[in-house]
Amino acid sequence: MRRTGLRYLPLLLLAIAWELLARLELISSSALPPLSHVVVAWVDLMRSGELVSNGYASIYRAMTGLGLSVLVGSLLGIFMAWWRPLNAFLSPLVEIFYPMPKSALIPVTVIWLGFGDGSKILLIFLGCMLPVTIGAFNGARSSEQALVWSARSMGASRLRMLWDVVLPSALPELLNGIRTALALSFILLVSSELIVARSGFGYLIGFLGADGAYEPMFAVVLTVAFLGFAADRAFQAFMNWMLRWRT
Amino acid sequence: MAHVTGVRDRTSRGWRNAPASPFVARIGWGLARSASIVLLLAGWEILARSGTFTPFVLPALTSVLERILADAMSGDLFLGASATLYRALTGFLIAAVGGISLGMAMTRSIGIRWFFDPIISVGFPMPKIAFLPVVILWLGLYDVSKISMVAFEAIFPVVTATIVGIKGVDREIIWSARNMGASNRELLCQIMLPAAFPQIMTGLQVALPISLIVAIVTEMLMGGNGLGGGMMSASRFADSPGVFAGIVEIAAIGYCLIKGMSMLRRRMLLWHQEALEPSTV
Repeated sequence: MRRTGLRYLPLLLLAIAWELLARLELISSSALPPLSHVVVAWVDLMRSGELVSNGYASIYRAMTGLGLSVLVGSLLGIFMAWWRPLNAFLSPLVEIFYPMPKSALIPVTVIWLGFGDGSKILLIFLGCMLPVTIGAFNGARSSEQALVWSARSMGASRLRMLWDVVLPSALPELLNGIRTALALSFILLVSSELIVARSGFGYLIGFLGADGAYEPMFAVVLTVAFLGFAADRAFQAFMNWMLRWRT
Repeated sequence: MAHVTGVRDRTSRGWRNAPASPFVARIGWGLARSASIVLLLAGWEILARSGTFTPFVLPALTSVLERILADAMSGDLFLGASATLYRALTGFLIAAVGGISLGMAMTRSIGIRWFFDPIISVGFPMPKIAFLPVVILWLGLYDVSKISMVAFEAIFPVVTATIVGIKGVDREIIWSARNMGASNRELLCQIMLPAAFPQIMTGLQVALPISLIVAIVTEMLMGGNGLGGGMMSASRFADSPGVFAGIVEIAAIGYCLIKGMSMLRRRMLLWHQEALEPSTV
């Protein structure tokens, strides 16, 4: 307990420095409102329900898009490793689209699906699919040949081998790919909501900022940042739990 | 003919051995690889021409290519691309230099490590793009705020990769360098940095696409020319060939940058073991 306290002490120091800088008027309070005011604004936002309803919209979009991309991406990656013709056919496409800056898709998804949930879900799905695919592909391809041979010699069917040998050995890389996708989904979510949306965290930040209400805006920004951090830590814990069989 | 197919059947992966010369094999393999891209482009054109979708939702490939050509002739493409690249690459360079120095400082001094370690580990997974309105508030709408946003987002992978790389340097190498009388400075420049370089390069390869993504998002939000800004204004005027042209241009630039980076890696790491192995992506 004391060690973690000492470890995160610098963050506390930063928070105190923030409060002092704003209180002593070293920086004008419109550019940097004191942290205590931001906390008060956060409580107000929670009470009025604005933060909860917008947060619900954002989380729904991120989770749906990410869930779809994990489903499609991991299937695609494993089958690309499993069946060579599919790999030969799809890998050039993956190679071309993987380095594409995904934010370029924002205007197109708006053209296709409008300003609502659909365009954000499609954007997150398209943006997050390839990291998952590549993770699954690399993982499945690297399954040890000796394991595959021994499973085959013990009479495992192809489907059985996929489930018992290829999938577990693909899991570490697949989960790493999903972790990248998780971080990417937050970036895409917030930026697309900042650009075009009528609800969600990004919309709330843009709306409050345009209004000059900087204290609640800082509160929402910090909430999003904290959620991104918490989601990553939770996924890391899930990864460790899933991979506990590894020595 | 029957004889040939017989041979191909026996070597189960026939396509590897079958063609008469490596030259023919190479062409055939190239054709097979480009098949999906050709199919995708042809499917786009046919779908757009068939009238299933309105030209607003899916403009024909040819009209998009015409637009790109017109942009290239008028010089708009060059101006936009250079503005975007200037912002993305300046931010990337700041992140690279700052990230490598911060990472090295963190491995060398306990105090610096104590202060920055929680900031890095909390800050890395955060969606830092959410801080964009704050950065606009502080630094305005022009290049400074865009570049600092890019650097802010791209520095984290570089710092963590540098730390991992330096910590992973073999002890024996350091001991023998020390034994032969290397000073701290020599140890850092001649031993640590080269040995950590593959890891650092990996960090830079993660940071580069992030810089492009952020540069484009900031342009979309704040305007100011650039490819992202161009796409956004095209989308406001419901000019969908312009939007699709932007996507193709951005995808092409991203592809070239990332390919260039991995070529640079192979060139700079010729001495390293990894250069012997075939590389993917």
